[in-house]
Amino acid sequence: MSTTTPANTGAHPVEQVGGQAATFVDQRLGSNRFLKRNLSKVFPEHWSFMLGEIALYSFIVVLLTGTYLTLFYKPSMAEVIYNGSYVPLQGIYMSEAYASTLNISFDIRGGLLIRQMHHWSALIFVAAVAVHMFRVFFTGAFRKPREFNWIVGVALTTLALAAGFTGYSLPDDLLSGTGLQIIRGILQAIPLIGTWLAFFVFGGEYPGGDIISRLYSAHILLVPGLILALVTVHLIMVWTQKHTQFPGPGRTNNNVVGYSLLPIYMAKAGGFFFIVFGIIALLSGLVNINPVWIFGPYTPDQVTAGTQPDWYIGWLDGALRLMPNLETVLLGYTISWNILIPGVIIPGILFTGLALYPFLEAWATGDKREHHLLDRPRNAPVRTGIGVMAIVFYGILWMAGGNDLVATAFDLSINAISRTLQVLLIVAPPLAFIITKRTCLSLQRRDRDKLLHGYESGRVLRLPHGEFIEVHQALNEKELAVISSKPDHPVLPAPQKADIDGVRNPNYRKDMLRHKVSAFFYGDNIPKPSAAEIEAGQHHAEEQAAIEAPLHEYEERDVIYNAHGGVLHHPGMPKTNAEQAAEQESRT
Amino acid sequence: MKFLSHRRRKPWVATALLAMALLVVGGGYAAVSSTAPAEAAMGSQTQVEEGKRLFLEGCSSCHGLEAQGSMNGPSLIGVGAASVHFQVATGRMPMSAPGAQAPAKEVIYTEDEIAAMSAWVASLAPGPAIPTAEQLDFADADVAEGGVLFRINCAQCHQAAGGGGALTDGKYAPSLMNATPQEIYEAMLTGPQNMPIFSDETLPVAEKQQILAYIDALQQAPSPGGLSLGRLGPVVEGLFMWTAVFAALIAAAVWIGIKAR
Repeated sequence: MSTTTPANTGAHPVEQVGGQAATFVDQRLGSNRFLKRNLSKVFPEHWSFMLGEIALYSFIVVLLTGTYLTLFYKPSMAEVIYNGSYVPLQGIYMSEAYASTLNISFDIRGGLLIRQMHHWSALIFVAAVAVHMFRVFFTGAFRKPREFNWIVGVALTTLALAAGFTGYSLPDDLLSGTGLQIIRGILQAIPLIGTWLAFFVFGGEYPGGDIISRLYSAHILLVPGLILALVTVHLIMVWTQKHTQFPGPGRTNNNVVGYSLLPIYMAKAGGFFFIVFGIIALLSGLVNINPVWIFGPYTPDQVTAGTQPDWYIGWLDGALRLMPNLETVLLGYTISWNILIPGVIIPGILFTGLALYPFLEAWATGDKREHHLLDRPRNAPVRTGIGVMAIVFYGILWMAGGNDLVATAFDLSINAISRTLQVLLIVAPPLAFIITKRTCLSLQRRDRDKLLHGYESGRVLRLPHGEFIEVHQALNEKELAVISSKPDHPVLPAPQKADIDGVRNPNYRKDMLRHKVSAFFYGDNIPKPSAAEIEAGQHHAEEQAAIEAPLHEYEERDVIYNAHGGVLHHPGMPKTNAEQAAEQESRT
Repeated sequence: MKFLSHRRRKPWVATALLAMALLVVGGGYAAVSSTAPAEAAMGSQTQVEEGKRLFLEGCSSCHGLEAQGSMNGPSLIGVGAASVHFQVATGRMPMSAPGAQAPAKEVIYTEDEIAAMSAWVASLAPGPAIPTAEQLDFADADVAEGGVLFRINCAQCHQAAGGGGALTDGKYAPSLMNATPQEIYEAMLTGPQNMPIFSDETLPVAEKQQILAYIDALQQAPSPGGLSLGRLGPVVEGLFMWTAVFAALIAAAVWIGIKAR
């Protein structure tokens, strides 16, 4: 931008030095223009926009701690005799991977803390990814033009699961080895290629000698590399498409109301990074996670009760536990539906559906507009219902994944729990959908009432002719803007079978389906009141305010004062706490 | 030697040799194998009588007047003193209510009374005796070997950390975190509830002691990584993360977000 040295002699010495440095760089890179444009970029403000930041920061912690762990971890299944300092395992055969994990835990300085930070932050990372995704889903932030970024996000979620699972198996302890055995079962259940796929992945018969080093290269190179690349794409797209914002006064589809990146968001984001880092470090210093030394080394002939995966894979384990025992024998080959459906088909359908959801919704609603203003979840009841349904579905499956723990903790029969959860898995999600949708519609009705009549002040008045009314008051500017942001989605019209001239409509069936889906999405929505209705409503609120006005005059004159038995204040009584205290002191 | 050499080709010699060989092998095996369980600790006559009285009072309604068993409880003939001691000294017997499994609860008999009942049941038929202090002494046992044996024989029900686990239809393998060496040894000998019997043939005394040593190490083990969350594995860790930690992170985000206004 500027190629001349600033001759601003009145500036602060620090500014002068900074300015000179900036000029020095700018003259070589031409960076000032870029920086000026981007550092003053405006972002909207809301706490839920920071959920993605939690994911990013915990991922940074994962990367940093993971790098430390690679310095000492040995991804080898070669058998060694353990001679480290953990006595109950001394002299036992184990894989080098497990032995090096024990060394990290007991003999490397800071090793256990770093290991626990790595594991805790990994759990938090996936949790933050999931919560961030639900925020985007519930607010409709995935709508045009952000569908691609949604798909990138879904890919990142899948990669986060992959990163977690590959890492979970690396210590090669009895717990994770049992999980690996389940993965092998799922691989083998894939028709036709399953057996060979399992041989290929494990390098021969289970457990083979290759799986740990293969998981390792995926865990430290392939998966994090892909995550880093996609995170970059994810952020660049947020940057160029601008961040969505919640409705509010002055916020439209064409602007972004918020603060600039420098200095506000730099400070906020930097501070938040240290909060996330601090919480993870504190947690890892105080709470143990995955005590691999207790579980012992993995050998295929041993199994431990209470084997569960980490929470984000737990739902798949639960699906396996709930699935009835179905098998088909076809031409001498067994198709294990009992593994195939919960292990492959259900996650496949879920993740495909997740990736395609923005396009499904856009097709169903015929909405081709760009959206930079977020939906309030209540204004998209079907979408919100689907989201809650997914959470309930996940919750039931995770609970099924821990059905043995539930059984022992609550003295119940594991069979009864599993049967109950099987029924709940089918009944509860639709029920959750209906309840959520009805709740959303009720909230919409309430919003409509608020727009029409103002909000209920809680004050009941008795009018001179005996009628009781509750005083409604006009909404403030912010609430008015938020509530009236509700978009009206007309249901797509039902197609005609034939036009006036009797020509058959070739798209009739497709359009009819679309009409029905559209009606399902928006048919029950409560329409926003028209401008005339709102005006009439406001008139109403004004009338009530006029009735109430004399009372307010009285209120303003006298102060209600608790110290005098809650009676109205009268002239001559002390008005402030200080005056009252002084008065009480003078009495005693 | 003429006596032998003259007769070694006689037709009855083969039969005699076979009989002798069988006698040596069988007798030797019996001498080695039958030592442990058969020796039932016989209490004094008064102790046995006291035991019978207590049995008739507290146990016979289910186990029958002669301990022969009934619809409601198994026969106790031949279960041995170890079984009686385990069931009564952990409070599992007498059961307070019929259920999938007898839970450990408050003990209602004194050690003397339990010893009397054990003596009476042991007097009915031979069975596993209460382990001696020598058998329970695991001071010199190899802890690490015990760990291997524990993971092979016990972990699939009691969980690798000894925290217990669920079995079918409301049955369960209890946590071993508060079990005494004697209880564990008796449980291995007698196979209470759903537990298989680990007799001295399948699991010799030395190996039982190693397992005792390992369980003791598990019970004593400090948690070097901080709060242990009951060592119940990833589900509990995940729950803790969601409820305590993620709530704190969201609270921090809300706090920062609020500062905007």
